[in-house]
Amino acid sequence: MHNFEFVKPSTVADAVKAMAGSGAQALSGGQTLLPTMKARLAAPAVLVSLTGVAEMKGVCMGDDGLSVGAATTHATVAAEARKSFAGLANLANGIGDPAVRNRGTIGGSLANNDPAACYPSAVLAAGATVHTNMRKIAADDYFQGMFTTALKEGEIITSVTFPVPHKSAYVKFNQPASRFALTGVFVAKFANGVRVAVTGASNNGVFRWKEAEAALSANFAAGAVAGLVVSPKDMINDLHGTAAYRANLVKVLTKRAVDAAS
Amino acid sequence: MTTISMTVNGKAVSGEVEGRTLLSSFLREGLGLRGTHIGCETTQCGACAVHLDGQLVKSCSVLAMDAAGASVTSIEGMANGDGSLSVIQAAFQEHHGLQCGFCTPGMVMATAALLKVNAKPTETEVRHYLEGNMCRCTGYHNIVKAVMAASGQDVSAIAAE
Ligand code: FES
Ligand code: FES
Repeated sequence: MHNFEFVKPSTVADAVKAMAGSGAQALSGGQTLLPTMKARLAAPAVLVSLTGVAEMKGVCMGDDGLSVGAATTHATVAAEARKSFAGLANLANGIGDPAVRNRGTIGGSLANNDPAACYPSAVLAAGATVHTNMRKIAADDYFQGMFTTALKEGEIITSVTFPVPHKSAYVKFNQPASRFALTGVFVAKFANGVRVAVTGASNNGVFRWKEAEAALSANFAAGAVAGLVVSPKDMINDLHGTAAYRANLVKVLTKRAVDAAS
Repeated sequence: MTTISMTVNGKAVSGEVEGRTLLSSFLREGLGLRGTHIGCETTQCGACAVHLDGQLVKSCSVLAMDAAGASVTSIEGMANGDGSLSVIQAAFQEHHGLQCGFCTPGMVMATAALLKVNAKPTETEVRHYLEGNMCRCTGYHNIVKAVMAASGQDVSAIAAE
Protein backbone atom coordinates (compact mmCIF):
# COMPACT_ATOMS: atom_id res chain seq x y z
CA MET A 1 0.00 0.00 0.00
CA HIS A 2 1.34 3.43 -0.90
CA ASN A 3 1.47 5.81 1.99
CA PHE A 4 -1.01 8.67 2.43
CA GLU A 5 -1.94 11.37 4.83
CA PHE A 6 -4.64 10.22 7.26
CA VAL A 7 -7.24 12.60 8.62
CA LYS A 8 -10.17 11.80 10.87
CA PRO A 9 -12.74 14.59 11.11
CA SER A 10 -15.58 14.38 13.60
CA THR A 11 -18.21 16.36 11.68
CA VAL A 12 -19.57 16.22 8.14
CA ALA A 13 -18.50 19.85 7.64
CA ASP A 14 -14.87 19.03 8.49
CA ALA A 15 -14.97 15.90 6.35
CA VAL A 16 -16.16 17.95 3.38
CA LYS A 17 -13.31 20.39 3.93
CA ALA A 18 -10.78 17.58 4.08
CA MET A 19 -12.21 16.06 0.90
CA ALA A 20 -11.59 19.31 -0.99
CA GLY A 21 -7.84 18.68 -1.15
CA SER A 22 -6.43 17.10 -4.30
CA GLY A 23 -6.14 13.30 -4.22
CA ALA A 24 -8.45 13.02 -1.23
CA GLN A 25 -10.57 9.91 -0.82
CA ALA A 26 -13.21 9.11 1.78
CA LEU A 27 -12.64 5.98 3.88
CA SER A 28 -15.56 4.37 5.63
CA GLY A 29 -15.22 0.85 7.06
CA GLY A 30 -12.35 0.10 4.70
CA GLN A 31 -13.40 -3.46 3.95
CA THR A 32 -13.19 -2.81 0.22
CA LEU A 33 -11.01 0.27 -0.07
CA LEU A 34 -8.12 -1.03 2.05
CA PRO A 35 -7.77 -4.30 0.09
CA THR A 36 -8.00 -2.22 -3.11
CA MET A 37 -5.20 0.03 -1.90
CA LYS A 38 -3.10 -2.96 -0.84
CA ALA A 39 -3.40 -4.24 -4.40
CA ARG A 40 -2.30 -0.76 -5.49
CA LEU A 41 -5.45 -0.32 -7.53
CA ALA A 42 -6.00 2.92 -5.62
CA ALA A 43 -3.44 5.27 -4.14
CA PRO A 44 -5.09 8.34 -2.64
CA ALA A 45 -2.85 11.11 -1.32
CA VAL A 46 -5.18 11.84 1.58
CA LEU A 47 -7.51 9.39 3.26
CA VAL A 48 -10.43 10.98 5.08
CA SER A 49 -11.79 8.54 7.65
CA LEU A 50 -15.52 8.91 8.26
CA THR A 51 -15.60 6.48 11.18
CA GLY A 52 -15.45 9.32 13.69
CA VAL A 53 -18.41 11.27 12.31
CA ALA A 54 -21.15 10.53 14.86
CA GLU A 55 -23.86 12.38 12.91
CA MET A 56 -23.45 9.88 10.06
CA LYS A 57 -24.24 6.85 12.22
CA GLY A 58 -27.46 5.21 13.31
CA VAL A 59 -30.83 3.94 12.11
CA CYS A 60 -34.08 5.78 12.79
CA MET A 61 -37.65 5.78 11.57
CA GLY A 62 -38.97 9.11 10.28
CA ASP A 63 -41.82 10.44 8.17
CA ASP A 64 -40.06 9.59 4.88
CA GLY A 65 -39.18 6.08 5.97
CA LEU A 66 -36.21 4.39 7.54
CA SER A 67 -33.17 6.62 7.63
CA VAL A 68 -29.76 4.96 7.84
CA GLY A 69 -26.64 7.03 8.46
CA ALA A 70 -24.02 6.43 5.78
CA ALA A 71 -21.37 5.38 8.30
CA THR A 72 -23.66 2.80 9.92
CA THR A 73 -22.16 -0.68 9.85
CA HIS A 74 -23.87 -3.69 8.32
CA ALA A 75 -24.06 -5.26 11.80
CA THR A 76 -25.94 -2.25 13.15
CA VAL A 77 -28.39 -2.22 10.25
CA ALA A 78 -28.92 -5.96 10.68
CA ALA A 79 -29.79 -5.45 14.33
CA GLU A 80 -31.71 -2.19 14.20
CA ALA A 81 -33.76 -2.59 11.02
CA ARG A 82 -34.89 -6.09 12.01
CA LYS A 83 -38.35 -5.02 13.14
CA SER A 84 -38.97 -2.11 10.80
CA PHE A 85 -37.54 -3.44 7.50
CA ALA A 86 -36.66 -7.13 7.73
CA GLY A 87 -35.66 -7.40 4.06
CA LEU A 88 -32.97 -4.78 4.57
CA ALA A 89 -31.82 -6.27 7.89
CA ASN A 90 -31.46 -9.71 6.32
CA LEU A 91 -29.49 -8.29 3.42
CA ALA A 92 -27.13 -6.51 5.83
CA ASN A 93 -26.77 -9.68 7.88
CA GLY A 94 -25.66 -11.62 4.81
CA ILE A 95 -22.82 -9.34 3.70
CA GLY A 96 -19.32 -10.77 4.16
CA ASP A 97 -18.81 -12.30 7.60
CA PRO A 98 -19.31 -11.05 11.18
CA ALA A 99 -15.98 -9.19 11.32
CA VAL A 100 -16.60 -7.50 7.98
CA ARG A 101 -20.12 -6.55 9.06
CA ASN A 102 -18.70 -4.83 12.13
CA ARG A 103 -16.67 -2.46 9.91
CA GLY A 104 -18.26 -2.19 6.48
CA THR A 105 -20.87 0.52 5.99
CA ILE A 106 -23.83 1.23 3.75
CA GLY A 107 -22.31 4.50 2.56
CA GLY A 108 -19.09 2.80 1.55
CA SER A 109 -20.97 0.13 -0.34
CA LEU A 110 -23.05 2.69 -2.24
CA ALA A 111 -20.16 5.03 -3.02
CA ASN A 112 -18.13 2.16 -4.44
CA ASN A 113 -21.08 0.59 -6.29
CA ASP A 114 -19.36 -2.71 -6.91
CA PRO A 115 -21.39 -4.69 -9.47
CA ALA A 116 -21.63 -7.56 -6.95
CA ALA A 117 -22.45 -5.45 -3.89
CA CYS A 118 -25.69 -6.25 -2.05
CA TYR A 119 -26.84 -2.82 -0.84
CA PRO A 120 -27.39 -1.17 -4.24
CA SER A 121 -30.21 -3.63 -4.93
CA ALA A 122 -32.07 -2.65 -1.74
CA VAL A 123 -31.63 1.05 -2.41
CA LEU A 124 -32.87 0.74 -5.98
CA ALA A 125 -35.71 -1.68 -5.23
CA ALA A 126 -37.00 0.41 -2.34
CA GLY A 127 -36.71 3.61 -4.37
CA ALA A 128 -34.59 5.07 -1.57
CA THR A 129 -33.10 8.54 -1.49
CA VAL A 130 -29.36 9.03 -1.14
CA HIS A 131 -28.56 12.13 0.92
CA THR A 132 -25.18 13.80 0.47
CA ASN A 133 -23.56 16.90 1.89
CA MET A 134 -24.85 18.74 -1.21
CA ARG A 135 -28.21 17.28 -2.24
CA LYS A 136 -30.67 14.42 -2.32
CA ILE A 137 -30.38 11.89 -5.12
CA ALA A 138 -33.14 9.46 -6.08
CA ALA A 139 -31.96 5.86 -6.35
CA ASP A 140 -33.05 5.77 -10.00
CA ASP A 141 -30.58 8.58 -10.75
CA TYR A 142 -27.82 7.52 -8.39
CA PHE A 143 -26.53 4.29 -9.97
CA GLN A 144 -24.87 4.94 -13.30
CA GLY A 145 -23.06 1.70 -14.12
CA MET A 146 -20.33 -0.49 -12.65
CA PHE A 147 -18.39 1.44 -10.00
CA THR A 148 -20.06 4.59 -11.30
CA THR A 149 -22.48 6.82 -9.40
CA ALA A 150 -23.94 10.31 -9.54
CA LEU A 151 -21.53 11.43 -6.79
CA LYS A 152 -19.32 14.35 -7.69
CA GLU A 153 -15.71 14.83 -6.69
CA GLY A 154 -15.57 15.49 -2.95
CA GLU A 155 -19.26 14.70 -2.37
CA ILE A 156 -19.99 12.55 0.68
CA ILE A 157 -23.05 10.36 1.26
CA THR A 158 -24.44 11.27 4.67
CA SER A 159 -27.50 9.01 4.89
CA VAL A 160 -30.00 6.94 2.95
CA THR A 161 -33.77 7.08 3.45
CA PHE A 162 -35.78 3.99 2.57
CA PRO A 163 -39.52 3.98 2.02
CA VAL A 164 -40.43 0.77 3.85
CA PRO A 165 -42.15 -1.82 1.62
CA HIS A 166 -45.10 -3.87 2.86
CA LYS A 167 -43.17 -6.96 1.94
CA SER A 168 -39.62 -7.43 0.79
CA ALA A 169 -36.79 -9.91 0.52
CA TYR A 170 -33.30 -10.15 -0.85
CA VAL A 171 -32.01 -13.45 -2.14
CA LYS A 172 -28.52 -13.91 -3.50
CA PHE A 173 -26.62 -16.76 -5.02
CA ASN A 174 -23.17 -16.82 -3.47
CA GLN A 175 -20.09 -17.26 -5.56
CA PRO A 176 -18.93 -20.33 -3.64
CA ALA A 177 -15.29 -19.30 -3.11
CA SER A 178 -15.48 -15.57 -2.38
CA ARG A 179 -19.05 -15.63 -1.02
CA PHE A 180 -19.74 -12.45 -2.98
CA ALA A 181 -23.14 -12.31 -4.62
CA LEU A 182 -22.80 -13.94 -8.01
CA THR A 183 -26.23 -12.48 -8.59
CA GLY A 184 -28.74 -11.08 -6.11
CA VAL A 185 -32.33 -9.89 -6.38
CA PHE A 186 -34.23 -7.54 -4.09
CA VAL A 187 -38.02 -7.54 -4.37
CA ALA A 188 -40.03 -4.77 -2.69
CA LYS A 189 -43.82 -4.69 -2.64
CA PHE A 190 -45.45 -1.32 -2.01
CA ALA A 191 -49.12 -0.31 -1.99
CA ASN A 192 -48.71 1.19 -5.47
CA GLY A 193 -46.64 -1.56 -7.06
CA VAL A 194 -43.62 -3.82 -6.92
CA ARG A 195 -39.99 -2.93 -7.62
CA VAL A 196 -37.34 -5.50 -8.46
CA ALA A 197 -33.63 -4.69 -8.49
CA VAL A 198 -30.86 -7.02 -9.61
CA THR A 199 -27.21 -6.88 -8.60
CA GLY A 200 -24.24 -8.90 -9.77
CA ALA A 201 -25.69 -9.71 -13.17
CA SER A 202 -25.37 -6.84 -15.59
CA ASN A 203 -22.30 -5.22 -17.11
CA ASN A 204 -24.09 -1.96 -16.36
CA GLY A 205 -24.31 -2.61 -12.63
CA VAL A 206 -27.49 -2.81 -10.56
CA PHE A 207 -30.70 -2.52 -12.61
CA ARG A 208 -34.48 -2.74 -12.30
CA TRP A 209 -36.17 -5.67 -13.97
CA LYS A 210 -39.18 -3.77 -15.20
CA GLU A 211 -41.02 -6.71 -16.83
CA ALA A 212 -40.98 -8.56 -13.51
CA GLU A 213 -42.16 -5.41 -11.73
CA ALA A 214 -45.19 -5.20 -14.01
CA ALA A 215 -45.98 -8.91 -13.67
CA LEU A 216 -45.58 -8.90 -9.88
CA SER A 217 -47.56 -5.69 -9.47
CA ALA A 218 -50.47 -7.47 -11.13
CA ASN A 219 -49.97 -10.71 -9.22
CA PHE A 220 -47.47 -10.96 -6.38
CA ALA A 221 -46.64 -14.65 -6.76
CA ALA A 222 -43.49 -16.44 -7.89
CA GLY A 223 -45.40 -17.95 -10.79
CA ALA A 224 -46.09 -14.49 -12.21
CA VAL A 225 -42.55 -14.23 -13.62
CA ALA A 226 -42.44 -17.82 -14.91
CA GLY A 227 -43.23 -16.81 -18.47
CA LEU A 228 -40.73 -13.93 -18.63
CA VAL A 229 -37.42 -14.22 -20.41
CA VAL A 230 -34.27 -12.44 -19.24
CA SER A 231 -31.89 -11.65 -22.08
CA PRO A 232 -28.24 -12.65 -21.52
CA LYS A 233 -27.21 -9.63 -23.59
CA ASP A 234 -25.12 -7.28 -21.41
CA MET A 235 -24.94 -9.82 -18.60
CA ILE A 236 -21.59 -10.38 -16.91
CA ASN A 237 -19.75 -13.32 -18.43
CA ASP A 238 -16.80 -14.55 -16.38
CA LEU A 239 -15.22 -17.71 -15.04
CA HIS A 240 -17.77 -17.84 -12.21
CA GLY A 241 -20.80 -17.85 -14.46
CA THR A 242 -21.75 -17.29 -18.08
CA ALA A 243 -24.09 -14.54 -19.21
CA ALA A 244 -26.83 -17.12 -19.84
CA TYR A 245 -26.33 -18.61 -16.38
CA ARG A 246 -26.68 -15.20 -14.76
CA ALA A 247 -29.74 -14.37 -16.86
CA ASN A 248 -31.35 -17.55 -15.59
CA LEU A 249 -30.33 -16.76 -12.02
CA VAL A 250 -32.15 -13.42 -12.23
CA LYS A 251 -35.42 -15.23 -12.78
CA VAL A 252 -34.77 -18.02 -10.27
CA LEU A 253 -33.74 -15.60 -7.55
CA THR A 254 -36.67 -13.29 -8.24
CA LYS A 255 -39.04 -16.21 -7.68
CA ARG A 256 -37.25 -17.15 -4.47
CA ALA A 257 -37.35 -13.55 -3.26
CA VAL A 258 -41.10 -13.35 -3.89
CA ASP A 259 -41.58 -16.58 -1.94
CA ALA A 260 -39.38 -15.31 0.88
CA ALA A 261 -40.90 -11.83 1.04
CA SER A 262 -42.35 -10.89 4.41
CA MET B 1 5.31 9.23 11.46
CA THR B 2 2.65 10.03 14.00
CA THR B 3 2.39 8.84 17.58
CA ILE B 4 -0.87 7.11 18.45
CA SER B 5 -2.17 5.75 21.73
CA MET B 6 -4.72 3.11 22.49
CA THR B 7 -5.55 0.53 25.13
CA VAL B 8 -4.42 -2.97 24.27
CA ASN B 9 -5.41 -5.84 26.55
CA GLY B 10 -6.15 -3.35 29.28
CA LYS B 11 -2.82 -1.54 29.10
CA ALA B 12 -2.28 1.97 27.76
CA VAL B 13 0.19 1.77 24.86
CA SER B 14 1.54 4.17 22.27
CA GLY B 15 3.76 3.96 19.24
CA GLU B 16 4.78 5.55 15.97
CA VAL B 17 2.80 4.75 12.83
CA GLU B 18 2.43 5.88 9.23
CA GLY B 19 -0.96 6.50 7.66
CA ARG B 20 -0.81 3.11 6.00
CA THR B 21 0.19 1.14 9.10
CA LEU B 22 -2.39 -1.56 9.69
CA LEU B 23 -3.68 -2.31 13.16
CA SER B 24 -2.26 -5.84 12.72
CA SER B 25 1.21 -4.40 11.99
CA PHE B 26 0.98 -2.04 14.94
CA LEU B 27 0.15 -4.95 17.24
CA ARG B 28 2.78 -7.30 15.84
CA GLU B 29 5.68 -5.04 14.96
CA GLY B 30 4.92 -1.98 17.05
CA LEU B 31 3.99 -3.77 20.26
CA GLY B 32 5.58 -7.18 19.69
CA LEU B 33 2.23 -8.94 20.15
CA ARG B 34 2.73 -11.62 17.54
CA GLY B 35 -0.16 -13.80 18.59
CA THR B 36 -2.28 -11.92 16.07
CA HIS B 37 -1.45 -13.84 12.91
CA ILE B 38 -1.39 -12.66 9.32
CA GLY B 39 -2.69 -15.28 6.93
CA CYS B 40 -3.86 -13.35 3.92
CA GLU B 41 -3.79 -9.66 4.80
CA THR B 42 -6.75 -9.24 2.45
CA THR B 43 -9.74 -9.59 4.81
CA GLN B 44 -10.35 -13.23 3.90
CA CYS B 45 -8.92 -15.58 6.51
CA GLY B 46 -9.67 -14.11 9.93
CA ALA B 47 -6.31 -15.15 11.46
CA CYS B 48 -5.77 -11.52 12.43
CA ALA B 49 -9.10 -11.11 14.23
CA VAL B 50 -9.13 -8.94 17.36
CA HIS B 51 -11.80 -7.08 19.28
CA LEU B 52 -11.92 -3.35 18.63
CA ASP B 53 -14.02 -1.58 21.24
CA GLY B 54 -15.60 -4.95 21.94
CA GLN B 55 -16.36 -5.85 18.34
CA LEU B 56 -14.79 -8.55 16.24
CA VAL B 57 -12.74 -7.06 13.38
CA LYS B 58 -10.00 -8.20 11.05
CA SER B 59 -7.02 -6.17 12.21
CA CYS B 60 -5.36 -6.35 8.78
CA SER B 61 -8.29 -4.31 7.48
CA VAL B 62 -8.29 -1.51 10.00
CA LEU B 63 -5.77 1.32 9.92
CA ALA B 64 -3.84 1.74 13.15
CA MET B 65 -4.60 5.46 13.11
CA ASP B 66 -8.30 4.74 12.79
CA ALA B 67 -8.03 2.68 15.98
CA ALA B 68 -6.26 5.43 17.91
CA GLY B 69 -7.97 5.98 21.24
CA ALA B 70 -9.81 2.68 21.02
CA SER B 71 -9.64 -0.35 23.23
CA VAL B 72 -8.26 -3.49 21.58
CA THR B 73 -8.22 -7.05 22.83
CA SER B 74 -5.92 -9.51 21.10
CA ILE B 75 -5.27 -13.19 21.80
CA GLU B 76 -2.64 -12.17 24.37
CA GLY B 77 -5.46 -10.70 26.43
CA MET B 78 -7.60 -13.84 26.44
CA ALA B 79 -5.95 -15.96 29.15
CA ASN B 80 -7.15 -15.66 32.73
CA GLY B 81 -5.43 -13.14 35.00
CA ASP B 82 -3.25 -15.87 36.55
CA GLY B 83 -2.01 -16.98 33.13
CA SER B 84 -4.15 -20.12 32.98
CA LEU B 85 -6.15 -20.80 29.82
CA SER B 86 -9.57 -19.20 29.53
CA VAL B 87 -12.62 -21.42 29.10
CA ILE B 88 -12.51 -20.96 25.31
CA GLN B 89 -8.79 -21.64 25.04
CA ALA B 90 -9.07 -24.70 27.29
CA ALA B 91 -11.93 -26.03 25.16
CA PHE B 92 -9.81 -25.69 22.02
CA GLN B 93 -7.03 -27.63 23.73
CA GLU B 94 -9.35 -30.27 25.18
CA HIS B 95 -11.21 -30.94 21.93
CA HIS B 96 -8.21 -30.74 19.63
CA GLY B 97 -9.56 -27.57 18.04
CA LEU B 98 -6.12 -26.73 16.72
CA GLN B 99 -3.64 -28.56 14.58
CA CYS B 100 -0.86 -26.22 13.46
CA GLY B 101 -2.48 -23.45 15.48
CA PHE B 102 -2.12 -20.76 12.84
CA CYS B 103 -5.82 -19.90 12.65
CA THR B 104 -6.38 -20.40 16.37
CA PRO B 105 -5.94 -16.83 17.63
CA GLY B 106 -8.58 -15.66 15.15
CA MET B 107 -10.85 -18.62 15.97
CA VAL B 108 -10.63 -17.87 19.69
CA MET B 109 -11.39 -14.17 19.16
CA ALA B 110 -14.33 -15.01 16.89
CA THR B 111 -15.62 -17.55 19.41
CA ALA B 112 -15.44 -15.01 22.22
CA ALA B 113 -17.37 -12.52 20.08
CA LEU B 114 -19.99 -15.13 19.22
CA LEU B 115 -20.54 -16.30 22.79
CA LYS B 116 -20.98 -12.71 23.90
CA VAL B 117 -24.04 -12.29 21.67
CA ASN B 118 -25.20 -15.91 21.64
CA ALA B 119 -24.31 -17.80 24.80
CA LYS B 120 -25.61 -21.19 23.59
CA PRO B 121 -25.27 -21.29 19.81
CA THR B 122 -26.39 -24.26 17.76
CA GLU B 123 -23.86 -26.06 15.62
CA THR B 124 -25.27 -24.34 12.53
CA GLU B 125 -24.96 -20.94 14.17
CA VAL B 126 -21.35 -21.67 15.09
CA ARG B 127 -20.48 -22.70 11.56
CA HIS B 128 -22.22 -19.64 10.21
CA TYR B 129 -20.49 -17.26 12.59
CA LEU B 130 -17.05 -18.68 11.81
CA GLU B 131 -17.60 -18.10 8.09
CA GLY B 132 -14.86 -15.47 8.01
CA ASN B 133 -12.25 -17.67 9.70
CA MET B 134 -10.31 -20.12 7.58
CA CYS B 135 -8.41 -23.09 8.96
CA ARG B 136 -5.80 -24.18 6.45
CA CYS B 137 -5.52 -27.48 8.33
CA THR B 138 -9.27 -27.80 7.69
CA GLY B 139 -9.84 -28.81 11.28
CA TYR B 140 -13.32 -27.36 11.30
CA HIS B 141 -15.19 -30.20 12.99
CA ASN B 142 -13.10 -30.05 16.13
CA ILE B 143 -13.11 -26.26 16.10
CA VAL B 144 -16.91 -26.30 16.07
CA LYS B 145 -16.88 -28.91 18.82
CA ALA B 146 -14.54 -26.75 20.91
CA VAL B 147 -16.81 -23.72 20.48
CA MET B 148 -19.86 -25.75 21.52
CA ALA B 149 -17.97 -27.09 24.54
CA ALA B 150 -16.81 -23.60 25.47
CA SER B 151 -20.46 -22.56 25.56
CA GLY B 152 -21.06 -25.24 28.18
CA GLN B 153 -23.01 -27.59 25.91
CA ASP B 154 -22.65 -31.34 25.78
CA VAL B 155 -20.55 -32.22 22.75
CA SER B 156 -20.37 -35.98 23.20
CA ALA B 157 -22.83 -36.45 20.33
CA ILE B 158 -20.85 -34.30 17.90
CA ALA B 159 -18.73 -36.51 15.74
CA ALA B 160 -14.99 -35.89 15.68
CA GLU B 161 -14.17 -36.45 12.06
S1 FES C 1 -4.79 -11.71 7.77
FE1 FES C 1 -6.48 -10.45 8.15
S2 FES C 1 -8.11 -11.59 7.33
FE2 FES C 1 -6.38 -12.78 6.78
S1 FES D 1 -5.11 -25.36 12.91
FE1 FES D 1 -3.82 -25.03 11.25
S2 FES D 1 -4.77 -23.41 10.24
FE2 FES D 1 -6.25 -24.02 11.65
